[in-house]
Amino acid sequence: MASMPAIMKTTAARLTALYLILFALCAFALVFYMTSLSSRMLIAQTRGTIGEEVSGLARAYQRGGLPHLVRVVEQRARQPGANLYLIADPNGRILSGNVESIEPGVLDDVGWTDRPFTYSRYGEPRGNLLGEDGGGTAVPSQHSAMAMVLRLPNQMLVLVGRDLVEPERFRDVVQRSMAVALAMMGLGAFLIWFFVGRRALKRIDNLSDASRRIMGGDLNGRLPVSGSGDEFDRLSENLNSMLGRIARLNEGLKQVSDNIAHDLKTPLTRLRNRAESALSGKRTAREYRGALEATIAESDQLIRTFNAILMISRLEAGKSTEPTTAVSLSETVRDVVELYEPLAEESGVVLTASVEGEPVIAGNRELIGQALSNVVDNAIKYSANAKAPAVTVSLASTDAGAVVTVRDNGPGIPEEDRERATERFVRLEESRNMPGSGLGLSLAKAVMTFHQGSLELGDAGPGLEVRMVFPGGEAP
Amino acid sequence: MVPQIAYNDAMKILVIEDDREAADYIRKAFDEAGHTVDVTGDGETGQAMAENGTYDVLVVDRMLPRRDGLTVISQLRANGDKTPVLILSALGEVDDRVTGLRAGGDDYLTKPYAFSELLARVEALNRRGAAKDIETLYKVGDLELDRLSHTVRRAGRDVLLQPREFRLLEYLMRHAGQVVTRTMLLENVWDYHFDPQTNVIDVHVSRLRAKIEKEFDTPVLHTVRGAGYMLKAG
Repeated sequence: MASMPAIMKTTAARLTALYLILFALCAFALVFYMTSLSSRMLIAQTRGTIGEEVSGLARAYQRGGLPHLVRVVEQRARQPGANLYLIADPNGRILSGNVESIEPGVLDDVGWTDRPFTYSRYGEPRGNLLGEDGGGTAVPSQHSAMAMVLRLPNQMLVLVGRDLVEPERFRDVVQRSMAVALAMMGLGAFLIWFFVGRRALKRIDNLSDASRRIMGGDLNGRLPVSGSGDEFDRLSENLNSMLGRIARLNEGLKQVSDNIAHDLKTPLTRLRNRAESALSGKRTAREYRGALEATIAESDQLIRTFNAILMISRLEAGKSTEPTTAVSLSETVRDVVELYEPLAEESGVVLTASVEGEPVIAGNRELIGQALSNVVDNAIKYSANAKAPAVTVSLASTDAGAVVTVRDNGPGIPEEDRERATERFVRLEESRNMPGSGLGLSLAKAVMTFHQGSLELGDAGPGLEVRMVFPGGEAP
Repeated sequence: MVPQIAYNDAMKILVIEDDREAADYIRKAFDEAGHTVDVTGDGETGQAMAENGTYDVLVVDRMLPRRDGLTVISQLRANGDKTPVLILSALGEVDDRVTGLRAGGDDYLTKPYAFSELLARVEALNRRGAAKDIETLYKVGDLELDRLSHTVRRAGRDVLLQPREFRLLEYLMRHAGQVVTRTMLLENVWDYHFDPQTNVIDVHVSRLRAKIEKEFDTPVLHTVRGAGYMLKAG
């Protein structure tokens, strides 16, 4: 393989060579079949003609004996393009006919000659034709023929034959056209390789160049697309959208690490400052205790945030192996509403549930419960300051699947911010002073994505409407 | 007014944890809570110690050198050892907990955790808690809960509770004298294993507290700051 020329290492060249060989083999087989078939046909035809001549001569002999036969032979032999006629004595000496000399041994056996023989004719130009035996120097010029030899009752020999120049010329033509065809195939293969293979090769080279550039760090680089919509374009487009997804994930990752750094720095600093101020100066045991308890509470919040980040990442990576079972959404809705009802009441929020039907989905009860809790928690938190605050959680089966809707009558989220609201750590300006990690909706969204569903934010007029859509709601 | 974290039943605990620092911290903290602690750093030794010793509770890390925690637990269980086991894990997905419990663990705690949470859970795993499962009548001071008739009485007077409040009180009474954390309550009363973001559990507890303390002189349901709740007479 190593010694193989570089050009043969390309798929295009290899394929071209393979096709060329296959075509040549087919052409050879076809030509061989055609020539053998046609030569058999020609020989049969020749034999038929000779047979007719022989029966004609036999009739002449019966009618007028040898003299008549000789006369007929002489007459026929003189016609242009005539058959071979020969009358010889029992020793093979030529007495009459248009044959000047004949390959020795042909007249020894009566009947069809078993193979083509060479002869020369009277009145032929000499030495300008190659003989069948390939000698090329034989004088006079020789032809090849086939014939039938008869023995007359008086032991005289009669030969009637036919020149084989026609089948030979036919074979020549076939051989020549075969050579031309092979040459054309070779040329065609070269052209195919040159125009198709080399082009394909060049495009693949372009692709690998581009991917090498991307590997080299140019993450915004994309593979070239020619616009022809062929396989290469489709491949490039797919790879490009893959690169796009990777870039988005990468971007998300970067943003998250920035946010983590930023959002965790604040509580960590607070933690550190509290410890420092507790250490400075004299404090009572009670004050120390208070400082330590606040420290623990702060750390717990940090741990909670970390856990939420981890969970979101796992769910988003899609490699989560969280078990799925049949989950009754109505039960989950009732559970969560029951869980939050006292909190809502304490916050002065009227929390109501309306459950329609008993949709069951394949999912993870824990995750769905947590996602819904986060949404309900948010709704209670943000509607608490409204006039007659109310939160409704409803479950309905729609064409899109089972939908859990949580509506509050708080300030809502302006349309332009809704997309951003579910991103990690995004806390909209208005909610900066509200408690929370900024991860609640992101986690809910990640859970919905994990369930092939979606989390949609809408306007409850006034307030926020969060729709958790579980497609195929009526599963097992 | 606020009871200290004080535990009456001293336990013998085996901690199998290969992180030296974490293990030392756990040992010290359990010591301070009045328990006897043995610590080892690898699964094989840990299993041998668990087989030969008489421990009340095992605390087993999932990822251990020489033999992983789940193997240790399932081998102990295969040998008929029923010592309660709490699994510690750096992994934390739901199915990790499921596999851990399936291997024979009794409780599962994800790192990082608050020690108060670990202590409360280990206390709850104590055999005496398990023994209470077969009792039908729980009594703490003058508070009584009848599991069969689903009735609660205090000082001879009926206290009316919602079903969920009843289950909440039932769990607290089964672990009377022990600290019960908010996540433990969410897990055992609501069967959800996530960390309650806000004070949802606290509100449920204060509702319950109002019902069982309001018309009576002495508190029974105490808040343990930084940890959770404890039901205790007087």
